[in-house]
This record gives sequence, C-alpha cells and structure tokens, in this order.
Amino acid sequence: MSQITVEQLWKAYGDRSVLERINLEVASGSFVTLVGASGCGKTTFLRLLLGQEAPTRGRLLLDGAPLPAEPGPDRGIVFQRYSVYPHLSVLENVVLGLEFRAARWLGRLRGPARRQAFEAGEAMLAQVGLEAVRDAAPTALSGGMQQRLAIAQALILKPRILLLDEPFGALDPGIRADMHGLIRKLWHETRMTVFMVTHDISEAFALGSRILTFDKVRRDPHAPEAYGATVTYDLQGRHRLPLAEEAPPCAAA
Amino acid sequence: MATARRFINRRPQRGSGLLLAAAPFVALILLYLIGSDMRLSANPGDKLLPAPSSFVEAISALALQADPRSGNYLFWTDTAASLLRLGLGVAIAALLGLVFGLAIGLFPYAGALLDPLMAVLSMIPPLAILPILFILFGLGELAKVVLIVIGIAPFLIRDVAFRARELPEELLIKAQTLGASSWQILLRVAGPMILPRLIGGIRLALGPAWLFLIAGEAIAATEGLGYRIFLVRRFLAMDVILPYVAWITLLAFLMDLALARWSRARFAWAAGR
Repeated sequence: MSQITVEQLWKAYGDRSVLERINLEVASGSFVTLVGASGCGKTTFLRLLLGQEAPTRGRLLLDGAPLPAEPGPDRGIVFQRYSVYPHLSVLENVVLGLEFRAARWLGRLRGPARRQAFEAGEAMLAQVGLEAVRDAAPTALSGGMQQRLAIAQALILKPRILLLDEPFGALDPGIRADMHGLIRKLWHETRMTVFMVTHDISEAFALGSRILTFDKVRRDPHAPEAYGATVTYDLQGRHRLPLAEEAPPCAAA
Repeated sequence: MATARRFINRRPQRGSGLLLAAAPFVALILLYLIGSDMRLSANPGDKLLPAPSSFVEAISALALQADPRSGNYLFWTDTAASLLRLGLGVAIAALLGLVFGLAIGLFPYAGALLDPLMAVLSMIPPLAILPILFILFGLGELAKVVLIVIGIAPFLIRDVAFRARELPEELLIKAQTLGASSWQILLRVAGPMILPRLIGGIRLALGPAWLFLIAGEAIAATEGLGYRIFLVRRFLAMDVILPYVAWITLLAFLMDLALARWSRARFAWAAGR
C-alpha cells in the first residue's frame, strides 16, 4: 500500500508563501497529475513529497506515518534533466540502485551477486525498450531514451511512490506519445502511486486518474507574495469537482 | 562587388594554421641567432647570447659525460631529482585536493568548518613561508616537496570543492532515492564525476608547481634542474641555463599533454561538457 495523506500543508520561504491549506487523500495506486501556471507551487509540492524540502506547517503521511525528511528509496524520482549518470553505462545506471542496497561499503557488487543484479538490470532495460543500448554511454542516447533510462533506474528498487517532475517536457511530441504509452503500461503493471508535474494539460488528462490544479485563491494586490497557491480543482477522469471559486491565474505562464 | 567577410568569420585553413603557429617560434629563434651572431662577431668571448654550438657542447658535457667529481651524469640526475620532487608534491596535493575538496563541497558541516580556513590559507604567498619550511623540515627533500604541496593544494582543494558544489543537484537527489548513503554517493557518484575536473585543476597547477620547485631548489639543494641553473648563474653560463630552461619547458609541456590525453581517453563522458 502507498496511500498519501496531506494535512493542512503550508510552505513558505521567509515572507513568500508558496503553498497553503492543502488537504488531500490520495488512494494507493492513483496516477495523480499536477498542473498549474509556472510558479504555482506544483513543483514545490513534488519536492515536499520527495523530502527535498520540509513543510513549514502541516503534515505529509505515507500510509499513516510521516514521510521521512530526506529523499529515500521508497520514493523514486525522474527529473526533466540531469536524470542519469554520465560516467556510467546504460546498464550500470540501472543497476546502481541494486548495488547501493546490497553493497553498503563499496557501493559495487562482485561475483554472483553482481551477475544477478546485472541480469535484473537487463530485464528492467527490456521493459523500457533499451536492451539494445545497454553498453552505450547515456550521453550518446536521445532525450527520449535518456528519460526511459531514468524511469528504469527509478523503478528497479520498486518504489512505493514514483514522482515525475515534467519528465517529458523537453521531448518531441511523437516521442512524448511513446513515453505516455510506456509510463501507462508500467503504472498498470506495478500499481504504484504516481505523482506527475506537467505543463501540458492534455498530457495531464491523458495520463491522470486524478488531476490536481494549483492556483492562488487569495491575493493581496499590495503584497502579491503574501498568499500561496492551493489545490483549486480536483478532477477525476473528465468529471470536474471544483473545490474553490474561480480564481485568476496566479502568474503569467 | 562581394563584400569581404568580417575578421571574426575568417578562419585559417589547416596548412596556413600550422604555418601561423610556427611563425612566432621561427621568428624568436631567428632573432636569437642574429643577436648572438652580432655579439659574437664583436666579441668572441661574449657569454650572454652563446652560439647554438655552445649549447650542444655544454649539454653533452653534462648529459653524456660523467662528472669527474661525483661520477654522475649531472643532466640526468638533475632531471630525476626534480621530477621526483615535482611528482611527489603534485601527487600529494592532488590527493589532498580530492579528499578535502569533496568533503567541503559535499558535506555542509565540513564546508562550514574548512571553507573560511581554505580561503585564508590560499592567500598566503607560499614563498613567504619558505624560510619557515626550511627551519621546520631542514634543508632536505621534505621541505621542497612540502613547498609544492603548500603552494598548490589550497588551489586544488578549493577548485574541487567548487566543482563538487556545481554537480547537478538532481543527480545527488536521485542517488538518495536509489538508497545511497553519503559514503556511497561519495564513492560512486560525486568522486567519479569530479575526477576529470581534478585533472583539469592539476593541469592548471603544474605551472605554479614548477615555480615552487625551482624556487625551493634555488635556495637549498645539491642537485636538481633549478639548483643547476642558479649554480651556473655565477659563471654567466648561459650555454647551460638556456637549454635547461628549454628542457624544463618541454617537460612541463609533455606533462600537460599527457594529462590531457589521459583524461580524454579515461573520462570520455566528460569531454562533451
């Protein structure tokens, strides 16, 4: 199980509020897409889930227990850029998580354990369609293939939650459609909970079982940074469930 | 009429590029030969700009004939002594740079503790504390190696620390989501990614390293390239000094070239960045 509970979450940097009053229950196995204008706090929300940032107020619970305050193997992440290690081969990139788990001091496996891990790595690569380039350097791969690799790398430890920070934002539309197919297939197979930040509304609706939009509902013209954004729409499939009154967009996208 | 292209868009072709590169060297050599010839025709005993034949004589005496007093081939014992000191000094400084630089760059506590210290230490002119080194470590090999280490280690440490902080945060976070401990991140992610940068830093530090080596040898040594240069200075022996300088330059150039080649072969992934 990997159910996420968000209770009265606030996040501020000094006087600048980014997120406020966020309350959510996300069922295990949901595919949650987060949309909103630039600067509306959706990436901040993802960072809070990741443990890269700590909430100013409120709580984040994973199956009823507070989320650890730093990133860990229960939450996998795929960033838009810098997602894979340039000094390792494709296969080494995927196996890295297994090596970290099994070889505490050297971070590097030997002998039969190594062979076993690399076999698991090859199976993972086959799932994302990269088995043919296992010995290549990641820098030699196209952007789409690099993101496939980043996804395989994150999934090999079977995280309970997969976080995607605009993972396909830099890809061509055709490649993007392939990636949508891949991520949907992996989500069906693993039944893990997925959070994905995207700029692309159609992508959010194409993939999400639940779509959250972030926006500011309160604004003070004299102190534009006094109030943060919150979840303004919480949509299932294509059915709208407004949570708050219509608000003007919080920043020019 | 076709307008001529701007100068920033005009590039030499391969052949003319080589020609351009060689031109200043040829000009300098010609200038020397003319000057030497003029002085020697006025005064055959002139020592300031010796003829090329004197270089050959002086160096073959040092390199091909054993010194009657010690039985050593001085040119080669000088070279070996200097390279050993330089190699030791640079190797120790590189190790310090890697260990302390990574610690400072990666661990905020180590940075808070050592960053200001390094900023101050790197401002001490190493030659100003050379007397202290000779007092502390005596006139032997140790003081000269320590001078090189003190001269370039702070630079290497700070360079590695800056580079470590420039590593994309995404890669460090990703490693944590793959379950890596701090130590594992150091060993498998930050360390390997920093190595090509360290080699770049060493290449930049080679110049200062030679400077400190020659300075140390000039003051207290019994052999070494710098020692020889400063020894024969008393006799205005330009026929030894100039070839020695050329030899030092060649050695430094080859070291730089070797490091660059090795880095490109070993860390091909870093070449495109």
